[in-house]
Parts: sequence; C-alpha cells; structure tokens
Amino acid sequence: MEQFIRILAILLSSILVNNYVLSRFLGICPFLGVSKKVPTAMGMGMAVTFVMALASLITWLVQYYILEPLGVGYMQTIAFILVIAALVQLVEMILQKSSPALYQSLGVYLPLITTNCAVLGVAILNITEQYNLLETVINGVGAALGFTLAIVLFAGIRERMELNPAPYKALDGFPIALISASLMSVAFMGFSGLAIG
Amino acid sequence: MEKPVLKGVFVNGILNENPLFRLVLGTCPSIAVSTSLTNAVGMGAAAMFVLICSNILISLLRNFIPDKVRIPCYIVVIAMFVTVVQMVLKAFVPALDEALGIFIPLIVVNCIILARAESFASKNGVAASAIDGLGMGIGFTIALMMIAFVRELLGTGSLFGVRVLPEGYPDALMFILAPGGFLVLGLLLALVNYFLSGKKKKKKKGGAH
Repeated sequence: MEQFIRILAILLSSILVNNYVLSRFLGICPFLGVSKKVPTAMGMGMAVTFVMALASLITWLVQYYILEPLGVGYMQTIAFILVIAALVQLVEMILQKSSPALYQSLGVYLPLITTNCAVLGVAILNITEQYNLLETVINGVGAALGFTLAIVLFAGIRERMELNPAPYKALDGFPIALISASLMSVAFMGFSGLAIG
Repeated sequence: MEKPVLKGVFVNGILNENPLFRLVLGTCPSIAVSTSLTNAVGMGAAAMFVLICSNILISLLRNFIPDKVRIPCYIVVIAMFVTVVQMVLKAFVPALDEALGIFIPLIVVNCIILARAESFASKNGVAASAIDGLGMGIGFTIALMMIAFVRELLGTGSLFGVRVLPEGYPDALMFILAPGGFLVLGLLLALVNYFLSGKKKKKKKGGAH
C-alpha cells in the first residue's frame, strides 16, 4: 500500500505538480517548435512518451549494472546520450516498417527527440532521486504524459492565436507564444497544492 | 581577405544570428538558469567553452567523419567536453555546480551547440569555427545575462546577489519562478524584434540601443 501511494505521488508529481515543461524547464525547444497544430503536437507527445519510458528503463540498467560496477560514474552523460540516440534511431526504423502513416507525420520530429533535453533530463533525475526500477519507469511515463499534456494544450491555444493576430507586430510568433506559455505555467502552479508527501 | 570574414563570423553570432534572440535555440537552459546573474555567467561560460572546443574538434575531423553517422559523432564529441566541464566545475566551483545542477550535463542537448556543429563547423576551417564558437558563446551569454538581469532585479531586488533596490521593494517572487522566465524571455524577444524591424526601416540608425 505504501509503495502504491509512493508511485501515485511520483506519477502525479511528474504530470502535474512538477510538470517537466512548465515548472522544470525541460523540453522547451520542442514545446515551442512543434506546437503549431494539435495533431502534430499529439504525435510528438506520443513519440516522446515511447522514447522516454524506454530510455528511463535502459539508462537505469546501464547506470546500475554497467557504470557503477565498473566505477566509471563520470561517463554517465556520454553513456546516456548514446543510449538515447540509439533508441531514437531504433524507434525510427520500427515506425518506418510498421506504420508508414505515423512515420510520415512523425518522421521529421523523431531525430529531434535526441536533443530533447527532457529525455536526458528524466534519465539523469531518475538517478539523482535514487528511484528504484519501477519508480524510474513510472517517472519516465509520467514525465512524458506531462509533456504531452502541456504541448497539446499549448497547441490548442496557438491554433486559436493564429486566427487572432497579436496587438503589436513585434509580439508575433515566439514572443506571444512565450507569454502564453507563461500564463499556462501560472495555471499549472495551482497544482502545487496537490503535492503528496 | 581572411580577416574581415572572421570578424563577420564573430559579430554574426552576437547580433544577426544571436542564438537565443534570433534563432530561438537553447531556450531550456536560458529560462532555467537565468534566475540570477551569477548563474547566467556561469552557464554562459560553460556553454561557450563546450561550443568553442566542439567546433574546433569537429572542424578538424570534418573530413574523417562519415556522413551517415555524423550526428552521433557530433554528440559524442560534445558529450566529452561537457563531461570535462562537469568534472572541472565539481572540483573547483562546487557552489556553481550545485546551482546549475542538472543543466550542466544538459549542455549536451543544447540545440545551439549541435546546430553550430552541423551548420558551421562541419563545413568551415578550424579558425573560422573557433571564432564562430566564440561569437555564438558570447551572444548566448549576453542574452542569458539580459534575461537574468531583469529576473534577478525584479524577483529579488539584487544584482549578482547584492541588494540594489531599497529594502521597501517587495520582491516579485514570480519572476524567479517558472512563469516569470517565460514572460521575460517573451518580452525581450518582442523588444529585439521591435528594434530590429525599426532598424530595417531607417537603415542609417544603428540598433545600438
């Protein structure tokens, strides 16, 4: 039971309270870059979810079964980024074979996931927070769902904004997008009351 | 012939193609660590070191790296220098290491560095690449410091940790938190856009605001 509550707390925290995009500043590049349309945002979110869950699992195993026994903890950054790069390549190949339609819509964004700092960020945070294997995977999935939630909501807002130009020309594009992200971030701060334990 | 070109490359990174304000790359670290000027300078310096070193090495290796696996190769080169920075910071400036935390290893995935490797260092000579790294690094640092200036001043009433506003000033904590980061970056971007569009209209007046 205690374990269950702990897992629930991790999940809730990574999706809402400590949303990786809006309160931990991870993955802002794709958040701004791939959020012009809801369907593409959804696709990006799904791709990230898949990669992030797998990456959390594999980097955890790499850390505790390869790096630590060999005493080369300082290689963490290099090892993790290589795992993620390889994973992204793998996902790309699988998608290309199994679902060409999805590949068509996601193809451009997949290579971008390698440099999505949220993926590497989650992998490193899993280690610094000393999560066990189950908690690591839960945290990875939660972080990715949080990312998806944020980017899809944001894409919805941006679709509307396309129709209503900003009051000043200088605000068009990124500036107004960042200001709306700021308002969204205020809204998400409301979730901090939910913090468990 | 060589000199003016190099100078152009250098200035390019600071003004025309400022990584943060013009290309909107590297937004994650810039919002995350720009809560104080000290952090901004530390982050800028760390990123600049990695940027210059990786640009030089990639430019040296550009004829040996097979085209198909170039991105993984670049990432390994970048990760190597980031690890160096990480270890140096831990050893000599643990306070900064603590403050920047996870954003030091995350320099690896800072899009600016990979973008410069891909679009500049892989096509140009060593000297030009080094200068490009320096220019981009300085441009990034300046941008970070501008954001940090506003956020630290309004959020805590101090600059570099020293109180400058009168005691009566109520600290607007929001500027230190996440929403303030997005807001300040958005407004600064708008400001830069505004001045640049003004500059284009009346060409004579420089944008040296």
